[in-house]
Amino acid sequence: MKPIRNILDSIKPHVQKGGKFHAFHSFYDAIETLFFVPNHVTTKGSHIRDGVDMKRTMFMVVLAMVPALLFGMWNVGNLHFQANGVTDFTLMEAFWYGFLKVLPLIIVSYAVGLGIEIAFAQGRGHEVNEGFFVSGMLIPLVLPVTTPLWMVALAVAFAVIFGKEVFGGTGMNIVNPALLARAFLFFAYPAYLSGDSVWIAQSADAISGATPLAVLTAGQHLDLSVMGMLIGNYAGSIGESSTIAILIGAAFLLYTGVASWKVMFSFFIGGFSMALLLNGLASSFPENAYLALPAYQHLLIGGFAFGGVFMITDPVSATQTETGKWIYGFLAGFIAIIVRVLNPAYPEGVMLAILFMNVFAPLIDHYVIEANIKRRLKRVAIAK
Amino acid sequence: MSKSIQIKKGLDIKLKGRPENKLSSVEVKHYALKPTDFNGVTPKMLVNVGDKVKAGTIVYFDKTRENLKFASPVSGTVTEVIRGEKRKMLEIRIEADGANESINFGKEDPNTMSREQIINRLLESGCWPMLIQRPYGVIANPQDEPKAIHVSAFDSAPLAVDLDFAMEGQGVAFQAGIDTLKKLTKGKVHLNIHKNETKSKVFLDAKGVEINQFSGPHPAGLVGIQIAHIDPINKGDIVWTIDPQSVVIIGRLFTDGVYNSEKVVALAGSEVKNPQYYKLKVGANISSLQNNIVDGAVRYISGNVLTGTQIEKGGYLSFYHQSLTVIPEGKYYSFLGWLVPSPKKHSFYRTALSWLTPNKEYRLDTNLNGGERAFVVTGAIEKVFPMDIYLIPLLKSVMINDIDKMEQLGIYEIIEEDIALCEYISTSKINMQNLLRQGLNSMYAEMS
Repeated sequence: MKPIRNILDSIKPHVQKGGKFHAFHSFYDAIETLFFVPNHVTTKGSHIRDGVDMKRTMFMVVLAMVPALLFGMWNVGNLHFQANGVTDFTLMEAFWYGFLKVLPLIIVSYAVGLGIEIAFAQGRGHEVNEGFFVSGMLIPLVLPVTTPLWMVALAVAFAVIFGKEVFGGTGMNIVNPALLARAFLFFAYPAYLSGDSVWIAQSADAISGATPLAVLTAGQHLDLSVMGMLIGNYAGSIGESSTIAILIGAAFLLYTGVASWKVMFSFFIGGFSMALLLNGLASSFPENAYLALPAYQHLLIGGFAFGGVFMITDPVSATQTETGKWIYGFLAGFIAIIVRVLNPAYPEGVMLAILFMNVFAPLIDHYVIEANIKRRLKRVAIAK
Repeated sequence: MSKSIQIKKGLDIKLKGRPENKLSSVEVKHYALKPTDFNGVTPKMLVNVGDKVKAGTIVYFDKTRENLKFASPVSGTVTEVIRGEKRKMLEIRIEADGANESINFGKEDPNTMSREQIINRLLESGCWPMLIQRPYGVIANPQDEPKAIHVSAFDSAPLAVDLDFAMEGQGVAFQAGIDTLKKLTKGKVHLNIHKNETKSKVFLDAKGVEINQFSGPHPAGLVGIQIAHIDPINKGDIVWTIDPQSVVIIGRLFTDGVYNSEKVVALAGSEVKNPQYYKLKVGANISSLQNNIVDGAVRYISGNVLTGTQIEKGGYLSFYHQSLTVIPEGKYYSFLGWLVPSPKKHSFYRTALSWLTPNKEYRLDTNLNGGERAFVVTGAIEKVFPMDIYLIPLLKSVMINDIDKMEQLGIYEIIEEDIALCEYISTSKINMQNLLRQGLNSMYAEMS
C-alpha cells in the first residue's frame, strides 16, 4: 500500500487547483478514494463518526448481486451448449463461456457510466458518488446477454445523464437509473429486449429457448416445474432467472440491513395478493394462460424476484418514510402483476410498475409527512 | 403525575477512558469567558484589560438583549481580549489572583423572594445564562414565563458524566436551586432521572419537583428527548432547561450569597492517562490537567464527543460543559478502509462487524471515515432518534431555507444535541448539527 500511496501523492499536486491536470481531479479523487479512505477529519458537529461510509454500503449491494451474476454466467453457457446439442459440458466450461459473454457488458456499463459520472463530478466540483457502483452492475443483469454492446453504452449514457445527473446526481434522482436504462432499450429497441425472437438461435453463437413469460403471453401452457423456477436454468435476462441466487442476495441485504425489509416484504405481498385475485378470473378467460398460473409462481418467474430484491429497494427512488415504504412496496408488486397478466403488449410488468411507483414515491412521502404535520398541529389544539 | 418512560431507539457508543469516580482539585490560574459558547449573543465589554474583577463581577453583556450579563468566575485581573475574524470577540482572559474574592449578593431563602427579585439576582450575578430556552437553544428570555422547566439528572452520552457522583454533598444547594426554578414558572419543574441508575438522594429526595423515570440507550439522557416524551413542545410554547450542576450553582447564589461556579468536571477519553473528575470553575484553563493527558496528535473537546466543542491544547472549558474529552486525531489514510472492516472502528450498521462485540470499548478517532455524500440511505436514523419528527425532510427544508416548512416539521422541538447520534451514524457524513443550527438561527432571526 505504501507504493500506491507514494504514486498517488506524487500525482496529487498536478491535479489540485492550479496544477496542470486540474481537469482530471475528479478522476484522481475517484481512484484515490478507491484505494484509501481519505485523511479527512471532523470539523463540525460530532467529533467521531461511524466506521461505515457510502462506498461500503453500496459495495454491499454489489456483493449481494454476485450469486445472481455467477449463476447468470453459468446459465448463459448452459443454454448455449444445450441449444447446440452439446450435452457433455462441464460446469466450468459453461461458466467460462458465459463469463466471456457477460464480462463485456459489465465493462461497457461501468466504463460509460463512471466516465459520465466523473465528468459531471468534475463539472460540479463534487466528489464522485458511489451510486453507479450498484447501477453499473444492475444494468447488465437486467439485460439479455444478446444485447449489443453499443446498445448497452447508449442505455447507460441515457440513464446516467437523464435519469440521474440532470436531477443533481446520486441521491437526487426520481427513478431508478438501472431500470431506466432497461426501459430505454425496451422502448427504443423492443425486438432486442423482449418478445419471442430474443432467445431464438440464429447463429451458432446464440442461445435458445423462449422465456417463461413469453410462453405465457403467447397463451401456451408453461412447462416448467417449481424447482425449475427456483433454480432458474431457463432463458431470461442475465441475473433475473435464478430465484435461489436472488434470495441468497436478499438474505445478505436484509441481514446487513442495507435494504429495507418493509419494502421487500410488501412488494412480494402486493404481487401475491394481486395474483391471487386474478386467479379468481382464470375460469372466465381461459385464453389468458397467466390467470391460471398459481399466485406464488408469479413471484418466482420473470423479473419479479430480482425487481423485489434489488430494484424496488433502491433507497433513493423509493419512499423515504417508513410508513411510506409499506404502501410503496405493496403497490409496486400489485401493479407489476396487473401489467404482467392483463396487458398483452408487455410480457413483464415489474420494470414498468417499479418505474411508475418511483414517480409516485414523493407523493406518498408527501402525504405521510403531511400526516406528521397535522399530528403536530393537533397536539397544540389538545394542549389548549 | 410522574411518568416512567422507556426509550427504545438509540445507540450507546462505548469508548475507552471512562472516568473513574475519583475527585481531585487542581489549581487553575487562567480563566476565559467565551461569548461563542452562547447562540445569538453579541458581546459588549463592561470592563477593560487590566481591570480588577471579583467572582460575580459582570465582564460583558449582550448587545441585542442587554439584560443578559456574563460574570467572571474568579477574582483577578482581565489580561487579554482575543478577537478573531471581523474583530469577533472570542475570549476574554482573566488571570486569577488566588484571593477568591466574591461579590456578596446576600444569603436569602428563594422561597421568600418574589419572582422579580429572583430574576434580577440571577441576571446580576451572571447565573441567568445557565437557563436555556427551547425552541432555538438560546439563553432564556427573562421576560418570558416558561410552560415548564426540565432538568435531566443523568447523562447517557458516550463517556457520560456520573451525575450521582458529581452531586455528592450538594443536596442543600441543589434544593435551593430547585426552589429558585419553581419561582420562575407556574408550570412544573421536571426532574428526569434514570430508572435504575439514579441512586443519589440529592435527586430522589428533591422536593417540589415532578420526578420522571427514564431508561434505555442514549439519547435517553438528553433533556430534549425527555421533553418530547413527557410534555412535547408545541408551536408557541416556551420551555426552559438547565443541567443539575448549574442548578447547584444557582442554589449557592442563595445559600452562600456568592457566584461560585465550581462544578465536577470529568476528564475522559482514550488519550487520558487516569480518567477521573476534577473540581473546576466555569471557563477554567485546561493546562493544569495536561500532565494527565497523553502527548501526541490529540483533539481536546470541551464537552462530549458527540456534541462538544473542539478547543486548543491549553484552551478553556466552555460555559455549559462538564467534561473535557481527549481523543486521538484521525488524520491518516486507511488502505481500502471502506472495504476491509477494521476491528478498531465502531459502526451502527451490520455492514461492519462491530455489532458482534457490543460491549467492546473503542478508541475512536476523529477521522470522517469517508467523504461527504448526498442523503442516500433511509430508515437508519429513525432507529436512533426517538422523536416523532421526519428529520431528513426537516434538514432539507433548512437547506432551502423554507421557514414555514421547518416550523411545520417541528424544528422548535429539537436542538443540535438531539440529532448528534443521527449525525454520527450518517453514511452521508453530512454535518447535520451544523445544518440544524443554521435553520434554528434563521427561525430565531425571523421570530425576533
